[in-house]
Amino acid sequence: MAEVRVTVDGVNYADEVEPRMLLVQYLRERLGKTGTVIGCDTSNCGACTVHLNGQSVKSCSVLAVQANGGEVTTIEGLARDGQLHPVQKAFNECHALQCGFCTPGMIMAAVDLLGDNPDPDEGEVREGIEGNLCRCTGYQNIVRAVQSAAQAMKPGASAPTETPAPVAGD
Amino acid sequence: MTTTAEPTASELGRARTRKEDARLITGRTRWTDNIALPGMLHIAFVRSTFAHGRIVSIDTSEAKKAPGVFAVYTGEDFDAEQGGLPTAIPVNADDPIPRHVSIAVDTVRFAGEIVAIVVARDAASAKDASELIEVDIDPLDPVLDMEAAQQEGSPIVHPDFGKNKWVTFEFDSAAAGATTGEPADAVIAAAENDPDSVVVKRRWRQQRLIPAFMEPRSTVVDPTGEQIVMYSATQVPHILRTMLGVVLGLPEQKVRVIAPDVGGGFGGKLQICPEEILTLLVARKLGKPAKWTETRSESLVAAHHGRDQIQDITVAAKKDGTITALKMELTADMGAYFGIFTPAVPVLGAFIGPAIYKVPAYSFVCHEIFTNKTPVDAYRGAGRPEVTFAAERIIDELATELGRDPLELREQNWIKHDEFPYTQAGGLTYDSGNYEAATKKAKELFDYDALRREQEERRRNNDPIQLGIGISVFTEMCGLAPSRVLGSLGAGAGGWEHASIRMLATGKVEVVTGSSAHGQGHETAWSQIVADRLGVAFEDIEVLHGDTQIAPKGLDTYGSRSLPVGGTAVVKCADKVIEKAKIIAAHMLEASEDDLEFGSGRFSVKGTEKGVTIQEVAFATFLAHDLPDGVEPSLDAEYTFDPENFSYPHGTHLAAMEVDTETGKVSIRHYVCVDDIGNVVNPLIVEGQVHGGLAQGIAQALFEEANYDEQGTLVNGTFVDYTLPSAADLPSFTTARTETPATSNPLGVKGVGEAGTIASTPAIVNGVIDAVRYLGVEQVEMPCTAQRVWRAIQEAKGRSTQETPIDTHSPGAGLGSIDPNNPQGEVQ
Repeated sequence: MAEVRVTVDGVNYADEVEPRMLLVQYLRERLGKTGTVIGCDTSNCGACTVHLNGQSVKSCSVLAVQANGGEVTTIEGLARDGQLHPVQKAFNECHALQCGFCTPGMIMAAVDLLGDNPDPDEGEVREGIEGNLCRCTGYQNIVRAVQSAAQAMKPGASAPTETPAPVAGD
Repeated sequence: MTTTAEPTASELGRARTRKEDARLITGRTRWTDNIALPGMLHIAFVRSTFAHGRIVSIDTSEAKKAPGVFAVYTGEDFDAEQGGLPTAIPVNADDPIPRHVSIAVDTVRFAGEIVAIVVARDAASAKDASELIEVDIDPLDPVLDMEAAQQEGSPIVHPDFGKNKWVTFEFDSAAAGATTGEPADAVIAAAENDPDSVVVKRRWRQQRLIPAFMEPRSTVVDPTGEQIVMYSATQVPHILRTMLGVVLGLPEQKVRVIAPDVGGGFGGKLQICPEEILTLLVARKLGKPAKWTETRSESLVAAHHGRDQIQDITVAAKKDGTITALKMELTADMGAYFGIFTPAVPVLGAFIGPAIYKVPAYSFVCHEIFTNKTPVDAYRGAGRPEVTFAAERIIDELATELGRDPLELREQNWIKHDEFPYTQAGGLTYDSGNYEAATKKAKELFDYDALRREQEERRRNNDPIQLGIGISVFTEMCGLAPSRVLGSLGAGAGGWEHASIRMLATGKVEVVTGSSAHGQGHETAWSQIVADRLGVAFEDIEVLHGDTQIAPKGLDTYGSRSLPVGGTAVVKCADKVIEKAKIIAAHMLEASEDDLEFGSGRFSVKGTEKGVTIQEVAFATFLAHDLPDGVEPSLDAEYTFDPENFSYPHGTHLAAMEVDTETGKVSIRHYVCVDDIGNVVNPLIVEGQVHGGLAQGIAQALFEEANYDEQGTLVNGTFVDYTLPSAADLPSFTTARTETPATSNPLGVKGVGEAGTIASTPAIVNGVIDAVRYLGVEQVEMPCTAQRVWRAIQEAKGRSTQETPIDTHSPGAGLGSIDPNNPQGEVQ
């Protein structure tokens, strides 16, 4: 067993884990962070994408122990102060999800993409999220959502105010 | 009373964003794999690596000793209990269906079949222990080729059955009374000797595909309560519950099935899975909750596949372009065992084969073959994409043969808008449609004439990047299904759908539907329907589904049936609520029922200001202090709707395809589709369904194929090599609609879930062929990869010795026998 100390969605954890345990397994099985899901076993689908120290990673290809000392943000920690992240909001407004299974990873990948490129054109969005597979949407509305979020996140664009983040049971 | 929100004027047709998104975008989800119950055990399955063989021995001794292992089982442990998995429509009524075991007992029949079960305290321990099991299988020659499987001396998948061909299903429109003339074979034979006719024959392959829903299958069974509760990532909780009763002999009332959030299905989750049966048997045996979640690699090899047909298609026509006969002869690979709809899927194509065309003589023949491969069953479109491909490809071949514009030739033969309702050669009565209107709109959006000019120009300039225009004017049958039709096919179930509505004391509304959604957005669409009908606010409506205890009656979601069948049940149910409420409202208003009118959620006395809202009626009914004598104190209602006809969406899809003639690389420059799905409840959801459908149809045309080696091993059984398209592989689509309401349901709606998939595959392939046909190419197998396109070009240029597999078969027929630019053969 190895020790891992990690901050996930703002909470500090210290756990003993098997060295082979994947970050995604740690998040789901130990921390109950089931918002992050597993869609494949070859790091192709991207459904498990989270942020580790501000960068998007496929949490199936990171060992839990590699996150030691790090800070992880999952889809469950993206909304802040009761406000949805602009990318979350845009996914709803642009109908960028159907079954929603790829959505947490897709949103986390999109947030990272916009960090690198705040105003991507269609081709850049498509290239930027090609590590995340979706079987439902044909991607068109996802691309639209990412570009729409980019506009909303531009300096000077009005901050999202009207939609409070949903809470359990809402 | 709590506050109720103000209803919106008209909900139908409104682009509402989805209710269900709030949870899904924040990770507040309930996938089956999220479920963890106290004391829950974890299952790992050991699967055969051989396609065909006899089990000599399975040594489980080391695995049983491994840490955390509760039990290890093989087929013999469960054979007395496991029964055989069900098939709803066997097609062949004469023979008993070869038993589909959940776990192999003495013989394995496909690589991926379960041979042993490990149960442990956690998933990792189960997996570790499974690797300690020694499986000794004596391999047998596998049956892999559908045609060789029918030859004398072929190994046999099911020796008890004695042959590999399950059935030959035959339909002829003349024999069925759907057309009045000669049978199709006779018309084709006559046309072959008629100088004024042409006969075009082609052979195509529908490759094997994998549905590849994003959420892997998962099942949790809890046997600790009074009932056995199964949570499963399934499209069909109701069918599953009934079938658990049938297969395992469980009293149905003792079984509860819950489909929590389900991450896509596309037909791939409408199965009664061996893993579901075995998880239940393990949980019951050990008296503890048990869980199984598949890995992606497991899913690709063991969850059912789709398509896989050889298609021999013949069309006969007069030289003026009038189609005189169409024959579709399909050979369909069923895989090793039948699933719930396996033998029915290809046969669904029989009805819709004539597509949009007036075909005076039509024949459909389907040979169904067992092989030692993963079972095949429904995948988005299920039977309809296959024949639509055949119809829309052969019409292009006929156009080439006759030197005609393919769109013009379609128009010459299609059913005109003033000819509806039209009973076509497959025996279906199309209630409504307007192919002219959809095509006109599509041509405008596409700029068809300009692209044709550009195509000519590029050809003249010998541009290495050639342009092709792919056309698909499709229709399909959906809204499965009139129970009488299913009965005539020998189905073990009907095609109705159920809804109930509960009017709560506080004025809120619960809508219970038997259509179990897995990404379609029923919660939003059903709320819109009920808001509109009852005049209550969208936000005040809760849609419940996917749990047989909450929604006890239903036939689930597949075949684009939810809105035309399940949505209609909701409408009829709402009408019953209004009827019941009217009696009480009349009492409250001290008026006669005849003097009341209902609108925007309010009963009012005609010609007065007096009125009462449906919420007020609901509260009065809840109190029940002052109701008319003999009136039941409830507004709740339920309705089961059985459709009288299918619904027939149609549309015109146009694809501008660019092909690099030097490398074979194919790209989609522009894709336009105009779909007519009747009236629309929510255009946002509709557009999403169309986009997703297009992506899957395009994926068949260009990207995906399940490949087997000569031992019968799936060689691309991971997402590394089973290539789902990514965002970078697809373009943005131009979508639009025409609206010709269906006449078979009160909403005027048609299904939309499968339309894009059905239409797009032939559009793309026609476009690829159209780009390179001038080089002599008339066939590229799907998926049309760069290598295949390049090879086809090389072969057409005579740079290969491989024989051309195409059989053209009419006097002077075949590519080039008629010059498209000079159809009359005039000397220039």
